[in-house]
Amino acid sequence: MTEPSDKAPHSLVKKDGTPPPPTDGDGAGSQASATPPESIKAIPVRHYGRWISAVVVLALLGLLANAFAGANIQWSVVGEQITNGTFAWGAWETLKISVLSMAIGVVLGTALAVMRLSPNKVLSTVAWGYIWFFRGTPVLVQIFLWFNLSLVFDTLNLMPFYKNDMNEVMTPFVAALLALGLNEAAYMAEISRAGIQSVDEGQTEAAQALGMKGSRTMRRIVLPQAMRVIIPPTGNEFINMLKTSSLAFAIGYGELFLRGREFGARTLAIMEGFILISLWYLLLTTVFSIGQYYLERYYARGSNRALPLTPLQRIRLQLTSFRNPSRVGGTAV
Amino acid sequence: MSSETAHPMVKAEGVHKSFGHVEVLKGIDLEVAQGEVFCLVGPSGSGKSTFLRCINHLEQINAGRLYVDGELVGYRQKGDKLYELKDSEVALKRRDIGMVFQRFNLFPHMTAIENVMEAPVQVKGESRAVARARAERLLDQVGLADKGGNYPSQLSGGQQQRVAIARALAMEPKLMLFDEPTSALDPELVGDVLDVMRELAESGMTMIVVTHEMGFAREVGDSLVFMDGGVVVEAGHPRDVLTNPQHDRTKAFLSKVL
Repeated sequence: MTEPSDKAPHSLVKKDGTPPPPTDGDGAGSQASATPPESIKAIPVRHYGRWISAVVVLALLGLLANAFAGANIQWSVVGEQITNGTFAWGAWETLKISVLSMAIGVVLGTALAVMRLSPNKVLSTVAWGYIWFFRGTPVLVQIFLWFNLSLVFDTLNLMPFYKNDMNEVMTPFVAALLALGLNEAAYMAEISRAGIQSVDEGQTEAAQALGMKGSRTMRRIVLPQAMRVIIPPTGNEFINMLKTSSLAFAIGYGELFLRGREFGARTLAIMEGFILISLWYLLLTTVFSIGQYYLERYYARGSNRALPLTPLQRIRLQLTSFRNPSRVGGTAV
Repeated sequence: MSSETAHPMVKAEGVHKSFGHVEVLKGIDLEVAQGEVFCLVGPSGSGKSTFLRCINHLEQINAGRLYVDGELVGYRQKGDKLYELKDSEVALKRRDIGMVFQRFNLFPHMTAIENVMEAPVQVKGESRAVARARAERLLDQVGLADKGGNYPSQLSGGQQQRVAIARALAMEPKLMLFDEPTSALDPELVGDVLDVMRELAESGMTMIVVTHEMGFAREVGDSLVFMDGGVVVEAGHPRDVLTNPQHDRTKAFLSKVL
């Protein structure tokens, strides 16, 4: 046989028989002073500017509230209709198209980013052209382009599998989904590209040196590390998507904005309708902001020595350790 | 030890390498025998790391011939024509060559043991159980049996480098390349890494080591090459070259590092 790498292990723990000195834990600090030194009592810096600006902000908010209170808005309608099924259903449609469009955007965008960075000139040029077009035209225009696609292709003909009239296929939902998803892919491609390029070149070299091929290196080594850079702006993109999807109202897709507007027109409670729409959008974006926090936390593993505490953990810690609340610095719990 | 076969593990004939207009290697000729510990020393910029990276085709050479285990690196020769190898063919050859980097390059999103298991599972298609058993043995071998669950950021530099050595060994290579493995380490951590390398050398592994650790080269090395300005200035047994250098450039370099 060749390399006797199997018989080596026992001889390797060696030297004078003593266990190796712990290089990690610090054994020092055992003779730390028994009585802690007197803590500093100083008069903190006074931040007068903060107090003044807080008063100004509150005053402005008060004026704004006063204006809304004085306006002809029936707040009782807002309170009653917040649970109206029209809005809930619209929010569901908004959520559905946003999630599906985002899924298209992430998958296609990652593929475009990898293509863009490929040494294959055909792939990188195609990716460049795609991004150039879809980032360079308004998404509202793209929505109408898809919706009117039957003017170019009157039938959708996937020969052995499917054949149908394009007007049958291109419902408002399908048109909005394609427009939002493909447009998003162009933005996600740029975000993914930045993420991929942020990963140290040594990572690729190490993977290659182990005999990994390019595609596997990308999937197992580079992309997981790129996620840490990709996730935060992707969260932003999704929250943007929740709102941008309102443009689909223009081709009659029954999402939150369209239904809210119809409610306002039907009941003549115009402003109330828009306030209700805003409240529902705020609910959606808030929920997903929280989700984004936990996703970022997951992909931060390995990059910090300890994961940051979640807000819940922090609250629990506060409650259980209120006797010594000043836990400043990096001491692990 | 393995039965000595005729061909050397690594053979370089007139290897040239340029980056743009800068010629980094200006004709390297050398041979590394099987089971040998071969040390490359020289000032920074002398091309020793570049040469090491050529051996597993992380860099492409511009002229000359480079053989590993009797086979051409990066090309296939048919008649008098050279054909570039496909990515997958290059990857296949790299399986047999382990590499340890100056900056460790551990995968930060995986724990130590996952780092060691990654290539056997992903590249060789080994079962996780088999790969885990070997990874545990290798981590034990480098003195880190209890650190398998730690992420690289939770390990010291010396520990990270020893995990990196275990990771390279997990592919059961026939040749190990070390690119200044201790240069990024705090002085008190260097010894642990060198101990692991010494044990590896004693087990019969063929090793090419780019290093500034002259003590290691003298004690462990079987041969030593001093490079400067992209050429081999002096070669021989480490004891001879280090204690009795023939060339002025070697003398000047050694007087600074010893």
